[in-house]
Amino acid sequence: MTPLLSVTGLVKEFSSGRLFGRSTPVRAVDEVSFTVDEGETFGLVGESGSGKTTTGRCVLRLIEPTAGEVVFKGLDVRALTQPDLRRARRHFQIVFQDPYSSLNPRLKAGQIVEEPLVVHGVGTAAERRERVQRLFELVGLEQAAAAKYPHEFSGGQRQRIGLARALALEPSLIVADEPVSALDVSVQAQVVNLLLDLQQELGLTYLFISHDLRLVRQVCRRIAVMFKGRIVELGPADRVFTEPAHEYTRALLSAVPVLTLGGRAERLVYDSRRFERLPLREVAPGHLAAI
Amino acid sequence: MKFPTPSGMSSANTVAERHSPPSSLLEVEALRTVFTLAAGREAAAVDDVSFVVREGETVGLVGESGSGKSVTALSIVRLVRPPGRVAGGHVRFRGRDVLALGEEEMCAIRGRQIGFIFQEPMVALDPVYTIGAQIVETLQVHGLASGAGARRRAVELLDAVSIPDAVRRADEYPHQLSGGLRQRAMIALALAGDPALLIADEPTTALDATVQAEILDLLRDLRARLNLSILLITHDLGVVAEMADRVAVMYAGKIVETGSVSEIVTTPAHPYTRALLASVPGRSPGSRLMSIPGNVPPLGHLPHGCAFEPRCAARFTPCSRPPAMYAVAADHEARCYLYENYPR
Repeated sequence: MTPLLSVTGLVKEFSSGRLFGRSTPVRAVDEVSFTVDEGETFGLVGESGSGKTTTGRCVLRLIEPTAGEVVFKGLDVRALTQPDLRRARRHFQIVFQDPYSSLNPRLKAGQIVEEPLVVHGVGTAAERRERVQRLFELVGLEQAAAAKYPHEFSGGQRQRIGLARALALEPSLIVADEPVSALDVSVQAQVVNLLLDLQQELGLTYLFISHDLRLVRQVCRRIAVMFKGRIVELGPADRVFTEPAHEYTRALLSAVPVLTLGGRAERLVYDSRRFERLPLREVAPGHLAAI
Repeated sequence: MKFPTPSGMSSANTVAERHSPPSSLLEVEALRTVFTLAAGREAAAVDDVSFVVREGETVGLVGESGSGKSVTALSIVRLVRPPGRVAGGHVRFRGRDVLALGEEEMCAIRGRQIGFIFQEPMVALDPVYTIGAQIVETLQVHGLASGAGARRRAVELLDAVSIPDAVRRADEYPHQLSGGLRQRAMIALALAGDPALLIADEPTTALDATVQAEILDLLRDLRARLNLSILLITHDLGVVAEMADRVAVMYAGKIVETGSVSEIVTTPAHPYTRALLASVPGRSPGSRLMSIPGNVPPLGHLPHGCAFEPRCAARFTPCSRPPAMYAVAADHEARCYLYENYPR
């Protein structure tokens, strides 16, 4: 089966931003390669500055990559002209972390969800209204919510609006960038369940970006662990969590607070000075590590 | 019983002093903190909150946003700002009712005997002074050291929180430090007064997993070395399971369950605590999570009975009246009618 999304040798360099003198580029994403199968949830895990968010944005070309290849449904995303890219965007959408700043405060929830339909010229006004109603139902919002402004909703409800908007154009891939990190645990569970239900119902594929290892363990089938812009380990979530091969992955896992008494097992410390840019190699079927 | 307010109280509560058991460092009793809402109405953000922190003990105060856990912490050190005010209850530190102290006496406790660390170090650290200068200032204000002695002590404190190359780092500004080092600098600042109690409000929430683990290790280490008591305020049950001896779970301004950490984690009693533990991800890969329907009720719109009743799967007839705390086991109580006549 060909994957829905295939990323090869992705690089993103930012200039270091010095006003005078020569600027040395910083590699935020450093030769990242992975594939995402149709209908699966693929997790990109890492700490702040690991390059996971930049990778997600490069895949959607919300940021232009410096080098590498992004193939989505057989389409070379980097080769698309701006108008073609805009048309293609209906097939891949993003859900942001912060439900407080990612929704236009001056639009009503109904307009926010309808906007992508208008932009892409989908349906008549009446058809769009009906579609918006169905989307509200789908994400568990009351119809009356359509007439309210973002500030009238709680964080969890706002994230539902963001999700309804992302789903408006019936995309096949959703890049979910820390979609529940700003929410309380009890509300987080509601939104995670909604994501899982929608995936089943609509056959969605998720590129799930998160720093929360417990959450990633819960929802992802396969994961890639990022460090300093590189993937250091990639494989089935079960295997990576139980048999981590890279020293950094082991340290990261040992740092997660656990709900069992006596605390976590002894914490492992990873000395980042020992980090080497090694290629990934297979340590078990489907399980790669940069060791 | 008289309910002191922060203003207009001057004498210490001597009755309380005689009755405090020596092992209790901090006793919070029936604390009530209200906020004036837009319409002039008052709503209690903290209501009937009682708990004890004993010498050398770590107590975890757990809750979601809006539960009142941070307002509880601010009330203890009398840092609640208008439109909020402490409207009732007692806070006894080493037997003295801090709500009844004059501001001058309070200053001798706050920052000295009670240290404070926050989620966001940039709030506590002044961006225009070096971290060394800020610790020196604290030492001087409290009359603990001055001149070269203060500078030496500041470096010692930075060293104690494992800031590498402390002599050089003392001359750096907060923005020059990484998030983890900044958090360490803030802990050093909180320790400057040689406190007996450390109030830590979400001390690791903004940090990466590996840095969080380092800071928790540091707090554990300091607790053992300095015999610190810690009031740890957090939304993260995992952090509580790792750090706390005892736990108080807050919901909508009230404590709904208290107990030893082992009781709370292995046999939670209150339906809210049970649901909260079940909604922590990672324990059942691939499946849906247990979730709590609805949202935390906003301040000023609390149900008349149990505040959790509208979201509770176990609700029954009595829940329309406010429940009291009922004993579940030794040193384990829950604010839920399920335990009214317990064990049956």
